[in-house]
Amino acid sequence: MLDIRDLLVNYGTIRAVRGIGFNLAKGELVSLLGANGAGKSTTLKCIAGALKASGGSITLDGTNITSASPEQVVRAGLATVPETRDVFPDLTVSENLMLGAYIHRRDRAGNRDNLERVHNLFPRLAEREGQAAGTLSGGEQQMLVIARALMSRPSVLLLDEPSLGLAPAIVERIFEMIETLKRTGLTILLVEQNVNQTLAVADRAYIMRLGKIVASGTANEIRSTTDLSAHYLGG
Amino acid sequence: MGFAIQFVIDVLSLGGAYALMALGLVIIYGILRLVNFAYGELIMVAGYTMYLTSGSGLPWIMMAVFAVVMAVAFGIFTDYAAFRPVRAKSVTAVLITSFAFSNLLQNAALLFISPRPRNVPLPEIFSQTVSIGGAITPVRNLITIAASIVLLAAVAFLMRKTTLGIAMRAAATNFTMARMLGVPANLIISSAFALSGFLAGVVGILWIGRIGTVVPGIGLEPLLVAFIATVIGGMRSLSGAVFGGFLLALIDTTLNYTLSQDLLKFRDAFTFGLVILILLWRPEGLIRGPASGQRT
Ligand SMILES: Nc1ncnc2c1ncn2[C@@H]1O[C@H](COP(=O)(O)OP(=O)(O)O)[C@@H](O)[C@H]1O
Ligand SMILES: [Mg+2]
Repeated sequence: MLDIRDLLVNYGTIRAVRGIGFNLAKGELVSLLGANGAGKSTTLKCIAGALKASGGSITLDGTNITSASPEQVVRAGLATVPETRDVFPDLTVSENLMLGAYIHRRDRAGNRDNLERVHNLFPRLAEREGQAAGTLSGGEQQMLVIARALMSRPSVLLLDEPSLGLAPAIVERIFEMIETLKRTGLTILLVEQNVNQTLAVADRAYIMRLGKIVASGTANEIRSTTDLSAHYLGG
Repeated sequence: MGFAIQFVIDVLSLGGAYALMALGLVIIYGILRLVNFAYGELIMVAGYTMYLTSGSGLPWIMMAVFAVVMAVAFGIFTDYAAFRPVRAKSVTAVLITSFAFSNLLQNAALLFISPRPRNVPLPEIFSQTVSIGGAITPVRNLITIAASIVLLAAVAFLMRKTTLGIAMRAAATNFTMARMLGVPANLIISSAFALSGFLAGVVGILWIGRIGTVVPGIGLEPLLVAFIATVIGGMRSLSGAVFGGFLLALIDTTLNYTLSQDLLKFRDAFTFGLVILILLWRPEGLIRGPASGQRT
């Protein structure tokens, strides 16, 4: 579904991603783990089209999207939830969700159905419909950015540290929601630092360190064979 | 009583014009984080279009519509000529190209038309006056007030109720995120330039209607007014720009009414002094816009 090969991403002279490759099969939940600064967010931003790759290729469902613009990538069926939790703060919750459906804006009936589905997943957002997104709590904002990404009806969803800085009870809910999404057949790439919870939901995982992938395998393999703390603390 | 009415009409008509000028400038700033220094030339374009079509025998309103269309076209053209080629480069590059483009248009007017003032056709009604509650006031001022109410309401509707407007507001706070939702960057930027040109065109006709002539440098004062209004109102907020426009008009009009004859020629010095005080008190402007990210 999503195939990354030899990906290189630089910030000027800083080489943040140094030739990584990984893939996601349809319906798979794959996790990208690694310490701060490993290059996980850079990888996601590059796939999303927000950063230019200096080398390598990104293929989505057979289409080469390596140098696609962000708007082309989402049209191709890949939605991204950045770690910065970018709600549009002065827009209401429903305006944020409406923009999520921007590429389907002519299909009003479809959007209404999809909104209902998203509201079922996050009842909280239905209650807060008319409220400015900037006034939501951190957990609610996280739900909003995920819900907004779902409004584009993606076939692949990239999530960058959805549990970052949230209370344990909310993190629990977010992970439950990720499992629910997985059951709908959505292909998900989950970037996390929350290793145990992530491996409990993921099919496979890759571990990144200093811009490279240093280990990969099924969730069980990673859990049993990799000395995680070495990769984490050494990150 | 008549005096008070006169004062209110003066503030509202000047403020309406200032608010529209400021809105046209801040719409571009909000999205690109860049001041379009060629903004005043859009007003110039509207003025010269009126001058050039004045012999055509068209009804005045058609000439006015055509002038606004030309301002919109030049607004979009500004983007293609001055902004788009260097947008990904440094802020400095874009500032310089927008200055250069402004100069280019002014010099084109100097060269191909004339450095001397040219008459712009105005309908009869622009030179008539009416008496309201004892105040004799030009009908032109009432037209300006009506036009600014209609346009401000229309812009508010566009920005709040339409998908394009909401997408423009989103792009103004976080352009990359808006693009990641599929909002096309170029559409948003072109729309902002078109809207900016539209406001400049309408306000240009009203502005030139006060003097009846157009010169190559006509855009300088509106640009300055728009810039100051947005700075005191808050560069990031559309309502701030409108508020700043009316506040600036209130200051100017009050000074016009109160300064003695020999101080009046220093009015702008008083105005700018007050602007500096406002900025010392509130460096961010009076109305904070939404917190926002990087320029794009
Ligand atoms: N905008 C940027 N400019 C320069 N360097 C950056 C930028 N963003 C990230 N980096 C650097 O790139 C590397 C990878 O960062 P990032 O992808 O954010 O890591 P992670 O998401 O795994 O924590 C780090 O060394 C970071 O300092
Ligand atoms: Mg990160």
